[in-house]
Amino acid sequence: MHYAPAPLHIPDGFLSVIVSLLLWAVSLVALGYALKRVNEDLGERQVPLMGVLAAAIFAGQMLNFTVVGGTSGHLLGATLATALLGPWPAIVVMTCVVSVQALIFQDGGLLALGANIFNMAVVGVAVSYFAFQTLQKLVGGRSWGLFAAGFGAAWLAVVVAALATALELAVSGTSPANVSIPAMGIVHMLIGAGEGLITVGALAFLRAARPDLLRRGAVAGATAGRVVWVVGLVIALALAVLSPLASSYPDGLEWVAEQQGFIDRAQSPLYEIIPDYAFPGVSDPAIATIVAGLLGTTLVFVVALGIALSRRRRDRAAVS
Amino acid sequence: MHIHFLDSYRPRPSLIHALDPRVKFVLAVAFILAVALTPIGAWPAYVLLAAISLSVVILSELGVAFVLKRAALALPFVLAAAPVLATAAGAPVTHVALGGWTIAISDAGIARFASILLKSGLSVQMAIVLAASTPFPHLLLAMRAVRIPRLIVAIFGLMWRYLFVLVDEALRLLRARAARSGDPREMPETGWRTAHKASVAAGGAARRGGTVAWRARVAGGMAGNLLVRSFDRGERIYAAMAARGYDGEARAPAAGDPPRPARHPGRRVAVVGRVGRAGTSGVSGYGFRLRSLD
Repeated sequence: MHYAPAPLHIPDGFLSVIVSLLLWAVSLVALGYALKRVNEDLGERQVPLMGVLAAAIFAGQMLNFTVVGGTSGHLLGATLATALLGPWPAIVVMTCVVSVQALIFQDGGLLALGANIFNMAVVGVAVSYFAFQTLQKLVGGRSWGLFAAGFGAAWLAVVVAALATALELAVSGTSPANVSIPAMGIVHMLIGAGEGLITVGALAFLRAARPDLLRRGAVAGATAGRVVWVVGLVIALALAVLSPLASSYPDGLEWVAEQQGFIDRAQSPLYEIIPDYAFPGVSDPAIATIVAGLLGTTLVFVVALGIALSRRRRDRAAVS
Repeated sequence: MHIHFLDSYRPRPSLIHALDPRVKFVLAVAFILAVALTPIGAWPAYVLLAAISLSVVILSELGVAFVLKRAALALPFVLAAAPVLATAAGAPVTHVALGGWTIAISDAGIARFASILLKSGLSVQMAIVLAASTPFPHLLLAMRAVRIPRLIVAIFGLMWRYLFVLVDEALRLLRARAARSGDPREMPETGWRTAHKASVAAGGAARRGGTVAWRARVAGGMAGNLLVRSFDRGERIYAAMAARGYDGEARAPAAGDPPRPARHPGRRVAVVGRVGRAGTSGVSGYGFRLRSLD
């Protein structure tokens, strides 16, 4: 098992329901449109090709190299997929990677999957595409332009995806913006450099071994239209502006979290089985809380024990 | 990111395993939604939810230890939530000295942090039980049943089918690199590695294969290699599927069939599973059924 400190797969429980559902909606729209475009371009070929390439990106994420001490650089693959396939198939492929990681390997939650698809497939691909196309144009077709653009796009995509993750956590009230945004940003500036280096290595290999694949990717990128480019630009700009703003004025996000807190509070009467989580009839609040906690733990234990015992009894009945 | 090299399905003769995958899928998602909707600090509700999740884990016969161990893999993410201990507005309960700073931990912070921890733990347990008690092909059927688009489910199916093949390929690449680029820490404990350790201990330099940029380039070359092979594999698979009558329509087993393909192994033909030589990772029934075989 490889483990890398790339906390981009948000587990369930970290995002508020509203943020989760909103990002699910955005991701579904993006994915639906991407599938439509891929269907037009590839037709019946797309199922095998997308499936195998998604599996390849998944497996490619195991490829690592040691950096310093116990840390290692990993491939995430959004930029590589974008450079090889164009943005729409890349969104489909990255969505599949993230979804299967959540479904089979619990890498990221199910309710949080919409947010994870948004961060890694939509933001990752759109920002990669925007940066890759722009940098290549800026460099102007020089031989090292491909590598410079690949490195820049990979780095930017990782950093922006990390900022998006941090911002989502902050809006959910899970992580204070003034701590999590700088922390995520700095860590992923380093992780992004690793991603950039691997992407450059892969592009160098592809240019030497299979230039036709890169040309095909360039054609797919050129015909993808302006939409993704603009979306990538907007996302990159928005996060570049929003995240320093949010981290220096965490109160604004706190306010958003508070607004959601209202919804939480509106639900709370449903849960007042034991009022105020303290035990009625016990005056000292600390003791009352402890009693309530003990009672809760005992309840869970008794239910579990009951189920285990009833099963054992049934098993014994089945044996005899 | 962690990767387990094996399918997470664990067959057991349990009630949960026998449950219809569609029911399981919907219930698991509903449970996770319920957990997400539970407000911060609603402890009685968490007790109830924990009782439900623990009951499901016990009924699934996967073993409480197994599920908890898998659930611990999601723990590192908790670091992201740790700062709320200090920043949430509330009465300070205790102070922690961290480096030169003293950080006040508030009661609201503890409540929020504990709630996030519980929510995350409960949700991931249910997701583990779902994945470990349902073979992925059945999960695909369940996704179809809740109207997740056919196309994306078909791509999931194909991806899952080739996932383990390509993971094997990536492992081969890693092994080849370990064998050639002289990083003894990645080698099994052989005489050579022992000799290397002895030489390092005697003051010799550890040979680790080039600079960071060089190592990254090698890893990139491996990734490029993997992608090229997958492109070609994708084309071959498409050609093989087209030769067997594939017309772009992914066919899951017919709607009337009970979603338990393992009990009717003869009735479904997993065309995809027979393509190429790499049919070893056990497609148990999901596939693209040919019209001519119906």
